[in-house]
Amino acid sequence: MTNYKLSSNLAISDNGFLFLSTTGETFTVNDIAKVVLMDLKNDINYKSIFDKLLKEYEVEEKILERDLEDFFNQLNVYNLLEEK
Amino acid sequence: MKIAVTGLNNVDNPGPGVPVIRGIKDAKDFKCEIIGLIYDALEPAPYMDDIVQSTYTIPYPSGGLDLLFERIKYIHSKEKLDVIVPTLDSELFGFTKLTPKLDELGIKTFLPSTEQLILRGKDKLASFCNDNDILVPKNILATSAQDIYKVSSEFKFPVAVKGIFYDAKIANNLDEVFSAFKSISSKWGFPVVIQEYIKGEEYNVSALGDGEGKTIGAVAMKKLYITDNGKGWSGVTIYDNKLIELSKNIISKIKWKSGAELEFIKEEKTNKYYLLEMNPRFPAWVYLSVASGQNLPYSLVELALGKKVEPFEKYEVGKLFIRYSWDLITDLKQFENISVNGEMHNG
Repeated sequence: MTNYKLSSNLAISDNGFLFLSTTGETFTVNDIAKVVLMDLKNDINYKSIFDKLLKEYEVEEKILERDLEDFFNQLNVYNLLEEK
Repeated sequence: MKIAVTGLNNVDNPGPGVPVIRGIKDAKDFKCEIIGLIYDALEPAPYMDDIVQSTYTIPYPSGGLDLLFERIKYIHSKEKLDVIVPTLDSELFGFTKLTPKLDELGIKTFLPSTEQLILRGKDKLASFCNDNDILVPKNILATSAQDIYKVSSEFKFPVAVKGIFYDAKIANNLDEVFSAFKSISSKWGFPVVIQEYIKGEEYNVSALGDGEGKTIGAVAMKKLYITDNGKGWSGVTIYDNKLIELSKNIISKIKWKSGAELEFIKEEKTNKYYLLEMNPRFPAWVYLSVASGQNLPYSLVELALGKKVEPFEKYEVGKLFIRYSWDLITDLKQFENISVNGEMHNG
């Protein structure tokens, strides 16, 4: 995941509404996903995002690892990530 | 300045006339009156507020060019037209052929040549694209049931079955191809185009070519809601450099002169764009291009008037259109005027 960044064509609104300007696709995400995406947009690395979520939310490390990986996989499926 | 516009059938499969007029009327420091040219007394635009000043019926293209020219001469004698903007596929051959005669009357147009119209036809587009390294779905032109037997050996199902002017159906097996062939050919004649089905997302580009190879503007749109007729009922502007450059390349290769709509499909597995169709006029969603910063209809009028028009360089991405229907209430008298006299004058 460290070699990826958020697509430069993705616009993220404060409401968690995403618009991919190259395809016209739109998505909605929850508050936690929005925080992750904003961090990615600000070029914060995967490890730092992981540590931040672990600190801020009551979650087991293994579950967070699985969920975050799943989320990144979804971003990849929807072409919202691009190589650095 | 008086500008006549056709395609005022703003119905469930809308013509581009009303959005073209809205664009022209939006132009700053440009005053004009719009004259509506209609084929049917129930085309809605003449009854709408602030769209057309006067409306005249014109004969259907099947009535022949002489009849059409006589009618335009009559309208011109009353209105002194400066420009005519035809917006419907089926009338373009006729208006293109009439261009020299319209010129003599002092009426300007900005239309493609007959050769250009033929080149982008559904039956010719594939060979043009193949000659110019533009990706296009493989197709065959079927003129008889015999041709359909080739489909099983040359294509994988499903396939798209398309009429030469309008209409398209997806067929999942040979029986469905036969059925679509029969229904489409009875409506639109021959050949029927049978096209490889490319799985992916569809993207449309509204564009204007200056006739010398330059693209004055090009705005890309993704349909967000599609009706049962396959018409986009809402859409959003998008930007993909590959798509816009491809559109400009096509316009340059044909030296397209006029408005156009380029329909592409982006293949899911390769992310490559295939040109599905090139419509020889602005699409019904062309007002989205105006709203996003490229007033293509007004630029076309400027080109028709012989003015130099600088190409647009950008447009706003993420601009949305949502079409809606509205019951317009009017008096029977107006319908009577158009039905009996073939013309109607507002205010």
